[in-house]
Amino acid sequence: MILSSLVLVFVAVICVPVGLTGYLFFTEKLLSRLKPFRQKTLRPWFWVGPALLFLTLFLLYPVVNTVVLSLMNENSTEFVGLSNYLRIFTEPEMLFVLRNNALWLVFFTLVTITFGLLIAVLTDRVKYESVAKAFIFLPMAISFVAAGVIWKFMYEYKPKGAPQIGTINAVLTSIFPGFEPQAWLFNPGINNWALIIVGIWMWTGFSMVILSASIKNIPKEIIEAARIDGARELQVFIRITLPLIKPTLVVVTTTLIINVLKIFDIVYVMTNGILKTEVIANRMYKEMFNFLNFGMAGALAVLLLVAIIPVMLMNIKRFGQVGGRK
Amino acid sequence: MKSVKTVTVRSMRAPSNLVRFLRQSPLHVVLIAICLLWMVPTLGLFVSSLRPRPLILSTGWWNAFSTPFRFTLENYVHVIQRANMGRSFFNSLMISIPATVMPILIAAFAAYAFSWMRFPGRDTLFLMIIGLLVVPLQMTLIPILRLFNRLGLTGSFAGVWIAHTAYGLPFAIYLLRNFIGGIPEDIFESAFLDGASHFQILYRIVLPVSVPAIASLAIFQFMWVWNDLLVALIYLGGTPQVAPMTVTISNLVNSYGGGWEFLTSAAFISMVLPLVVFFSLQKYFVSGILAGSIKG
Repeated sequence: MILSSLVLVFVAVICVPVGLTGYLFFTEKLLSRLKPFRQKTLRPWFWVGPALLFLTLFLLYPVVNTVVLSLMNENSTEFVGLSNYLRIFTEPEMLFVLRNNALWLVFFTLVTITFGLLIAVLTDRVKYESVAKAFIFLPMAISFVAAGVIWKFMYEYKPKGAPQIGTINAVLTSIFPGFEPQAWLFNPGINNWALIIVGIWMWTGFSMVILSASIKNIPKEIIEAARIDGARELQVFIRITLPLIKPTLVVVTTTLIINVLKIFDIVYVMTNGILKTEVIANRMYKEMFNFLNFGMAGALAVLLLVAIIPVMLMNIKRFGQVGGRK
Repeated sequence: MKSVKTVTVRSMRAPSNLVRFLRQSPLHVVLIAICLLWMVPTLGLFVSSLRPRPLILSTGWWNAFSTPFRFTLENYVHVIQRANMGRSFFNSLMISIPATVMPILIAAFAAYAFSWMRFPGRDTLFLMIIGLLVVPLQMTLIPILRLFNRLGLTGSFAGVWIAHTAYGLPFAIYLLRNFIGGIPEDIFESAFLDGASHFQILYRIVLPVSVPAIASLAIFQFMWVWNDLLVALIYLGGTPQVAPMTVTISNLVNSYGGGWEFLTSAAFISMVLPLVVFFSLQKYFVSGILAGSIKG
């Protein structure tokens, strides 16, 4: 038991990095025996080889496999064409899932970016900047399991009259005496918003950290010059800060959109998609492991990929610029 | 240089610190309010985890600050004793460390080739890898699980390392490619003139120079793996012998039927290491993420 643990530590901490370095070292040794021309054509493939192997086997192959599955029936024995996709866009239950994802996409992204930017700008002007940022960023560091517990506790509901132990109901009932305590996670009118708030709480730190770094990257001289010329703070922000951090805003927005389309854990931990809170990824999981309908699960996965393509196209120019050097 | 400048700026407009502070007071009020808002959920959980069970269920956590003070560690003691916490902590580390090192090294090789070697289809290949960033993890579960079953990797740490490596690679390659591609060309040229090989350049120049990017990547990946429940649950199964913290804690949560006293303390235990990592490496994190997202 102890011995096997020691072996495990040895493999995990030492063998993995040494092995990978050794791979490169020995392929370089082999390459150096070849003619320089051969070396030049072969070398890149040895360097990208491990990455390509992993990506092909564990990402690309599953994707292709999923696309094929999406055109088949439940247990992948019969070709059914696009009927799985048709179901997604016609069944009311599925349309609800799509609507929820749209809600997440729009409100989560907008609010997370806005808060992140606001906090980045505000913290830039105070001396306790790093402490304030740490507070905001902290939720990023914890697991969805923990965040789920935290927020279930925030949203905890007791009937009217009983002492509320959930923070939100307690605050609202004490401020507005007539307030009816809400079962935030169970009331279909508001539970989606309750979940989106958890997402915003977790991700605002991410957009704040990146945007704040970008704001700090703006040369101080430009800002000072504008201030000396009599520009007010709001003007400085709109005319100078915003245009200069635009590329970063695009990066943050793209990252957020990609992540929100795939959103899964928050819903899984807090409501498991019941009471009309289901999103695409949760539905996919359910189709896969509960209903064993691999065709439908595949179609939903493909839909997610397709939804992300416009975002990628938007960014392709940027990546193209990067790829264009040398 | 920087300090000189701030001194002059400060002396220029320092009629009184108090006036400035008062003029800025709306800023402080808003900012502190936002910070408190962000902290309250976590604080509530932490305070509750230290309260005795009957009190958690009958009164709000903020009542803990009024007399009589009644705090207890018994929730933590209970959770740690009953569950396989020590073993799970070790397992989490044994999963997270290689699952962080592997994608970073493999991505560094690839990013180097994508930045500083010429080969046909290079840019197309890079774009395809970026495209893989969007693949939802859930999409890969069944094909990979079938593959692992065939290879006998299910339930072993190696399987989880491999899966996390594949999931982490697209982002790692993207970030490192941007960083390594931004290293000045002269450095490479002079190294080649001195007779250095690509291998030497990677380990002697590129990796040391890329420490900020690598550090930020390492933090991301480590936290992602440490906090992961789904991948561990599916590829490792429920065996306690190999279960990481998240799996053990979620089992605990289920087996106790969601009693708040255990949920709160268990959740807090799972947060401790990520928080330590985050607070001790925060500086690296910010500088690295800046390099990754703004370069290019």
